[in-house]
Amino acid sequence: MNLLNIIKEIETVDPEFHDRISPRRQAIKNMTGLGKKLALGAMPFAIGGLFNKAYGQTQPTAINDILNFALTLEYLEAEFYTRGVTAYSSQLAGTPAIGALTVIRDDENKHVAFLKSVLSTAAVAKPTFDFTAKGTFPDPFAAGNYGVFLALAQAFEDTGVRAYKGQAPFLMSNKTVLGAALNIHSVEARHASHIRQMRKAQGDTMLKPWITGNSRGTIPAAAQAVYNGEELETQAGVKISGISVDGVTISTAAATEAFDEPLTYSQALNIAKLFIA
Amino acid sequence: MTKNTALFENKKVADPQTGFANMSRRKFLNYAGASTGLILLASCSKDDDAGGVNLGSGDTGILNYAYALEQLEAAFYIQVAKSFYSGISDEERSLLTDIRDHEVAHRELFKAALAGSAIQALEVDFSSINFADRMSVLGTAKAFEDLGVSAYNGAGPLLQSADYLTLAGKIVSVEARHAALIRDRLSNGTFVGSDVVDMSNGLEISKSPSQVLAIAGKYVKTQLNISNLPS
Repeated sequence: MNLLNIIKEIETVDPEFHDRISPRRQAIKNMTGLGKKLALGAMPFAIGGLFNKAYGQTQPTAINDILNFALTLEYLEAEFYTRGVTAYSSQLAGTPAIGALTVIRDDENKHVAFLKSVLSTAAVAKPTFDFTAKGTFPDPFAAGNYGVFLALAQAFEDTGVRAYKGQAPFLMSNKTVLGAALNIHSVEARHASHIRQMRKAQGDTMLKPWITGNSRGTIPAAAQAVYNGEELETQAGVKISGISVDGVTISTAAATEAFDEPLTYSQALNIAKLFIA
Repeated sequence: MTKNTALFENKKVADPQTGFANMSRRKFLNYAGASTGLILLASCSKDDDAGGVNLGSGDTGILNYAYALEQLEAAFYIQVAKSFYSGISDEERSLLTDIRDHEVAHRELFKAALAGSAIQALEVDFSSINFADRMSVLGTAKAFEDLGVSAYNGAGPLLQSADYLTLAGKIVSVEARHAALIRDRLSNGTFVGSDVVDMSNGLEISKSPSQVLAIAGKYVKTQLNISNLPS
């Protein structure tokens, strides 16, 4: 393990890393000398401690830690839909809506079971969730709050898509795990598309199955972090908006819709933490 | 049928520095047009001897693979939007136009990113599609979108570059959003189904490049050689 390489890698992932870590750079350089005196097994811990001070919340590098992060997001979704299906089963009886919510609930529960089976004894326990985010949102399961429930469902699905996307590069050392994560990622995107269609049918007529700009639509402002950063018009150095070819001109809206953006670990964690009691 | 032939072998106009701002090449492609494309392809492609257009190896090969699929999707939706099926609703017209724009954006991104390494424009074969018929159009759209998702998912672990993996990730979830929408338009509530998602664990069923091309081949006249792709 080459510490300086790791720092370089982090810099490529997080351009602001330098600024945050700057006062401690000397300490890191010192550590490279110190490392010789440390047992190899102690190194990750030492690095973790240092980075914790810089970030507060660090991008895990161990596969299991990343999978436990994914498991936490799946616990959140699974419990949310499980409680939602129970709460709205009478109100929605016989509608396509309850059928769809049941399908999604089952998928999320399967994702939980899958990740737990992969992690085995390393799996984290399910946290206690507060889906009002400590009073930020009305109780999504209370009578009359179906709209709140669907709005949160959209926020959770779009967050899930962006969070898995952000973690994929950290899973490249294990192709099997990466493949599985990608295969969950696209299912979350299918859910997001359907929930958005459901919300459109409920009256949010401007809503599309894809994310336009960084618009949260009619979802309360507290969920804006779910959409920040989605407004990119340039991909891999290529300006997408304004491309004109084959009689098609790519609008700013289309340019942003065509690409879903990743959330970093800490961005996704900060969203999830709102709902952890 | 849509002819989408052109040649790409004029490396002189491909400028990796300017990337997408490669107007001369694109104009050249437009000029090349359908009539001359095939003949020129046959005469200038060094890949013909190896059994079709070679996508290449490593990450370039995977990006060309994605580029080929995006070409197919873009050509399809361009054709759809040129003459929408009769009786189309305003809603479906708007949604399909959005999807066309997304696919063109994906295609153009890969073309620019690959620059001189990009494969040529593919000749598509849409003779099996009835563009005047809603079910035929949406049924094909469903097939393409589901195929695209499974292809990206299968190719992701074959990439070496984290940046390219992220780029592929940015696209695949939009393809999945398309796929779910199209499926729901055909039959509401089918956004996930046992044909695309493993019902035992809730994971999408990914496909290898050879599996994908076995399905996509029906719609692509240009023969593609994937023998150098990583596996």
